[in-house]
Amino acid sequence: MSKLNDVNVALAKEIISRYPRKKSALIPLVHLSQEQNGYVTEEAMRHVAELVDVTPAEVYGTASFYEMFRFEPTGTYLINICGTLSCQLMGSQELMHHAEQRLGIKAGSTTPDGSITLQQAECQAACTEAPCLQVNYRHRYRVTNAELDELIDDLQSGKLTSEIPPHGTLGRQRQHIPAGRGLGVQAPESVTTAPAWLPIKAEEPK
Amino acid sequence: MASVSPYPWAPGFYEDGDRPQIVTSRFKYDDSYTLDRYHATGGYEGLKRALASTPEEMHTEVRNSTLLGRGGAGFPAGVKWGFTPAGVWPRYLVVNGDESEPGTYKDRLLMELDPHQLIEGCLIACYAAGLSQCFLYVRGEMALAHERIAVALNEAYEAGYIGKNILGTDFGVDIVFHWGAGAYVVGEETALIESLEGERGMPRLKPPYFPAAIGLYGKPTIVNNVETLSNLPFIAANGSAAFTGIGTETSPGTRMIAVSGHVKRPGVYEIVNGSTTFRDLIYGEDFSQGMREGNELKAFVPGGGSAPWWTPEQLDIPFEGKEAGAAGSMLGSGAVMVMDHTADIPAAALSLVRFYAHESCGKCVPCREGGTWLYRVVERVVAGEGTDVDLATIRQVGETICPGEMPHASSSRLGLAAHPFPYKMTTICFVGPSAYVPIHSALTLFPEDFEARITRARPRIPVMAVSAGDPR
Repeated sequence: MSKLNDVNVALAKEIISRYPRKKSALIPLVHLSQEQNGYVTEEAMRHVAELVDVTPAEVYGTASFYEMFRFEPTGTYLINICGTLSCQLMGSQELMHHAEQRLGIKAGSTTPDGSITLQQAECQAACTEAPCLQVNYRHRYRVTNAELDELIDDLQSGKLTSEIPPHGTLGRQRQHIPAGRGLGVQAPESVTTAPAWLPIKAEEPK
Repeated sequence: MASVSPYPWAPGFYEDGDRPQIVTSRFKYDDSYTLDRYHATGGYEGLKRALASTPEEMHTEVRNSTLLGRGGAGFPAGVKWGFTPAGVWPRYLVVNGDESEPGTYKDRLLMELDPHQLIEGCLIACYAAGLSQCFLYVRGEMALAHERIAVALNEAYEAGYIGKNILGTDFGVDIVFHWGAGAYVVGEETALIESLEGERGMPRLKPPYFPAAIGLYGKPTIVNNVETLSNLPFIAANGSAAFTGIGTETSPGTRMIAVSGHVKRPGVYEIVNGSTTFRDLIYGEDFSQGMREGNELKAFVPGGGSAPWWTPEQLDIPFEGKEAGAAGSMLGSGAVMVMDHTADIPAAALSLVRFYAHESCGKCVPCREGGTWLYRVVERVVAGEGTDVDLATIRQVGETICPGEMPHASSSRLGLAAHPFPYKMTTICFVGPSAYVPIHSALTLFPEDFEARITRARPRIPVMAVSAGDPR
């Protein structure tokens, strides 16, 4: 069962309604499917294709370009350890080595119980807080080996479930344009005049 | 006043120095991201001032401020807005919040700590340039920024700042939150537009695809960086003269700079643009306070991973684009990465080469193939398995991406004169050249570090990898 459920279909339709062209909602909807299923399934991609009016191949074509979409079952917690320069200078390779030892897996794989996937990642925009890592895209700064051990313990014992949602969930609060406040979208082709607030003189002849 | 901040090293945490703050002034508050705090600290006053003037007057104000784009290229925002062709509608605003340049850490802070300031900036830009819909593209990996921006947008809609008839005027615009899914190249404006159209994030050829003429959905589109837009509320509220009163004539205002690596106090600092020097920033008591453990500075990257490296000889260069270019590098995205004398220079270069090899979108052959080759060869050298031929191969591969002489810093130690920025390139965007830049800098400025790694014996087979993970 990996089509979008009813709640998510409603959300998907709301997201689609904000774009002048449906295909712009493709990436947000694939995120939504990953939030629901933990990873991106073929059935979900077919469903997204239906919703935005493209072929399933186009959905896969776009989705496969992006790092965050995972096409195989992934741990509840995805730990991304940054390996780019600032973090590398501050010891991220040692941190990764420690994580591999501690979890007993190589970077790029998932623990046998399916709880944690470990990955090397690139710059996470926390360069002054090196070495840094993300758990399901939530940052942890200036991480020591001991703190990493504690983090793994806390993740596996369920201590952080309220703070860190399972893999696939990004922002837990979403944009909702209040009814009657939004302008709504218009097809780009159908707009031929300047927006209402521009004085006529602002429009120079071609 | 904040006591507990999730950003212990964020600006505003440091209560020292009395530098002007344009974009980080609210970071000191615990609730800096709320509408209440924004209102209590002059929020949306700039928008009101803008709406009291005509769009043209507001556009002129921004043009007079000489606000330079803060994303990396440093092009004046007011001039960029003027590039849209006359009489072609609709026009869109796309906000580039896909911050992922190595070393860069500022847009995420602005989005997480002051989302309303960014939203107000978007509204002012839309009003002045006649843009009828705004897409706020936030990097996928920033979950907290997604939440903060979504909530701020909802609040601003409810309060009547976004949507129909904003503040009772004819002005109306929708701002749509959009999120990426992890791809460095999407920070390039045409790739960002591709991604926003639901495609693979590959850059478009320029010409003809200059976004201001043919952008999102083929329509005129302004793409501005988060920090650039965050400056607009100040300019609208206080006038361009207040802005140009800070910094220098050619580089007015302030800039957010992240200093990372081997310094005592890494952090994100809002500095006075144009006049502050790299020495101030790296050694200043108000800033990074010099090298950790009294070590010696060996090299630093002045403007993000794509920028050629500098050594202590370049410390007195100010944050001024032309001067930086003449000295063989660029200011880029406001990211300074500092290496002390203990740093392993070849390994440091490798981490950046790997980054760009990994992030190549695959559209241009010199980058797709060349980046990967550079990565393999540099990795072999770093592992101590390299030969003289490998060093020559690095330069050969580099030549196919960037023909001709590469920009580099001067070095009195090596008797080198500087070669100015920029480079020539055989690729559409800067990802390809960026894979060569770090290894070229390291090889040029520290040849002895590579000599020491070169083995003149036959390499063992198989070659051993030194780093975890590899580029796909």
